[in-house]
Amino acid sequence: MLSQIEGSRAVAEAVARCRPQVICAYPISPQTHIVEALSALVKSGRLTGCEYVNVESEFAAMSVAIGASAAGARAYTATASQGLLYMVEALYNAAGLGLPIVMTVANRAIGAPINIWNDHSDTMSQRDSGWIQLYAESNQDAVDLHVLAFRLAEELSTPVMVCMDGFVLTHAVEPVDLPDPSQVDAFLPALRPRQVLDPAEPVSIGAMVGPEAFTEVRYLAHLTQLRALDRIPVLARELRDVLGRGGTGLVDPYRCEDAETVVVALGSVLGTLKDTVDELRAEGVAVGVLGVTTFRPFPADALREALRRARRVVVLERAFAVGVGGVVSADIAAAMAGTPQRHYTVVAGLGGRPVTRDSLRSMIADAAADQLAPLTFLDLDHDLVRQATGGQP
Amino acid sequence: MTVQRVKFYQTGSFAVGNRLLDPAQRSTQARMDRANSITSGHRACQGCGEALAARYVLDAASRATDGQLVVVNATGCLEVFSTPYPESAWRVPWLHSLFGNAPAVASGVAAALRARGRTEIRVIGQGGDGGTVDIGFGALSGMFERNDDVLYVCYDNQAYMNTGVQRSGATPPAARTATTPAVGPQPGNTFGQGKSAPLVAMAHEIPYVATATVAGLRDLEAKVFRAMQLRGARYLHVLVPCPLGWGSGTGETIRLGRLAVETGLFPVFEAERGEVVAVTPIRRRLPVEEYLRPQRRYAHLFDPAVRSDVIERLQAMADRNVRRFHLEGKR
Ligand SMILES: Cc1ncc(C[n+]2csc(CCOP(=O)(O)OP(=O)(O)O)c2C)c(N)n1
Ligand code: SF4
Ligand SMILES: [Mg+2]
Repeated sequence: MLSQIEGSRAVAEAVARCRPQVICAYPISPQTHIVEALSALVKSGRLTGCEYVNVESEFAAMSVAIGASAAGARAYTATASQGLLYMVEALYNAAGLGLPIVMTVANRAIGAPINIWNDHSDTMSQRDSGWIQLYAESNQDAVDLHVLAFRLAEELSTPVMVCMDGFVLTHAVEPVDLPDPSQVDAFLPALRPRQVLDPAEPVSIGAMVGPEAFTEVRYLAHLTQLRALDRIPVLARELRDVLGRGGTGLVDPYRCEDAETVVVALGSVLGTLKDTVDELRAEGVAVGVLGVTTFRPFPADALREALRRARRVVVLERAFAVGVGGVVSADIAAAMAGTPQRHYTVVAGLGGRPVTRDSLRSMIADAAADQLAPLTFLDLDHDLVRQATGGQP
Repeated sequence: MTVQRVKFYQTGSFAVGNRLLDPAQRSTQARMDRANSITSGHRACQGCGEALAARYVLDAASRATDGQLVVVNATGCLEVFSTPYPESAWRVPWLHSLFGNAPAVASGVAAALRARGRTEIRVIGQGGDGGTVDIGFGALSGMFERNDDVLYVCYDNQAYMNTGVQRSGATPPAARTATTPAVGPQPGNTFGQGKSAPLVAMAHEIPYVATATVAGLRDLEAKVFRAMQLRGARYLHVLVPCPLGWGSGTGETIRLGRLAVETGLFPVFEAERGEVVAVTPIRRRLPVEEYLRPQRRYAHLFDPAVRSDVIERLQAMADRNVRRFHLEGKR
């Protein structure tokens, strides 16, 4: 049943229906509404069997989740931006220990300069942390991906972050079809942890591993992620059967079949992009969009397949690797190496700057004419830059 | 429990005292069915106070909880010497996550056990002084403030030993460490710095705070028992001499623990809800010099010249402890 609901509250409802047993929370915009809604669900008794822990930092949030998960509880937390960076050490630790924690990241820029608005700098900085990363295009997507995330995390015993654009999604009120508890129960079995701290069967978790086995441990983590590439489409299909909606899990091609130019992007900007492509298609421009839902593990085969026929690929980046350029582009270029395809990186929408249809239209037109610079900053205010550089371009 | 009968000819020996007690009152270590929570074969240095204290703490806690125990360990000597993969010295369920998060991880374990209806299983967090009073202090304070059902034990050897003896917030003034070298006009660690973690713990008004040393192992066990009778956040701060870091003989560990107490430098007490309820009185007060001399970390106070000025300042600290905690009261 569709309800008119804020993205954050919808996600909180979805998470609650996944029956987490420990939720830990530390506030940061734009994640706050999610954890507020969850605290109300626990406190009011609507979500039972769940401990809600108000921690003193994001580092503690992830650490409490680590302890809870190792002690056999389904653990959840949410954060964004500075908070994600504040928990980085624990983030790698959770992944290294193979703990099936699920976390929402309400994507937000990283300071300085401090900025609370949306881009993907936070999660992109953690792409190598060992966490699976799923990116939501819409609030409906965000809701369904959380259900998928718990199942995936627990099946593979590895943590999963669901990335949803801060404010653009978290604070948007739109119709969302919340999964019925019975649907979630049908899809998500009770947690059966791979290993649990239990006096009846004592285990030592988190030993010191030296050069003789460390590489193997990392290799095994890589194998787990590769297995996720196989499992995500299967689980996404199963979830689709239960819910009667949803994507295919890895990538989401839109009007790509005969497209000469394909724009690759992640997250909510895909909505604007699809509208723009519809307009351009009506005008006869052979353009398509490829949404990336799973960014870690990197779905290289699925991307290669989807981009095979394109003459040029524009990667629309909501983050930026200072001193290099694109983050997603680098992976895509590696996946497409050896093809004659042209590749463009467009950095757009940093720190919440709107990515407008007009800008996208001119970007695609420039690309189609092969007039786009290899690295472009969409809507860069050249006057402002000149002021700061004393006239330099 | 299996009881060892005392043979008549043993009754004159000092060691037999424990066996003259009622079986229930005997040291956990004297029991045939002790938990051996940390078994032999680990890689601690000879005479390591931390290894000894951890064994007494966890065996006592195991006994107090009938083995229903989960242990969370911060990074540090205790973690490194006990679990070089694929070996483990632990016979309790044991989790090491990071250096600065053990109290929070322990909170998470406690939350999970509550959610799973398994509150008969008790949680102990533990770490060195660096992991506790410095990098993990925020997490510790959070755990205290929420009154999470965790006993946190700090094994205080007064420096970052695992990384090679650097200064921590628990390093005493004048002590030489690798980052407070014995050079210049003020050799060793600076006066007027550092913190008392037990007093800060008390300020959280948690159910139980206690200090102990490896010189009083029965006292340590008793405090663990007391702590395990209570629910909520509890803190135990144990002074554990470290032969390597202190530059002391490997056979001096217990004696140094005793001297730290008898000089007044390390007050041994118990507090409930922020108020001191018991202190271990000093039987025979000794000058601080007796404690300082056997430790090479204080060698610069005696050689090439005796630094009476510095020793007097340390004596004044001990005197203040004695006044403040009423350590010279009647037994
Ligand atoms: C975030 C972080 N910083 C620094 C270290 C390095 N480190 C590991 S153990 C240790 C010293 C531990 O000292 P303490 O907690 O006093 O325990 P001890 O070894 O003395 O028993 C340090 C500094 C680390 N592992 N993690
Ligand atoms: S350095 Fe000190 S604390 Fe570490 S194992 Fe050796 S004696 Fe124990
Ligand atoms: Mg130490």
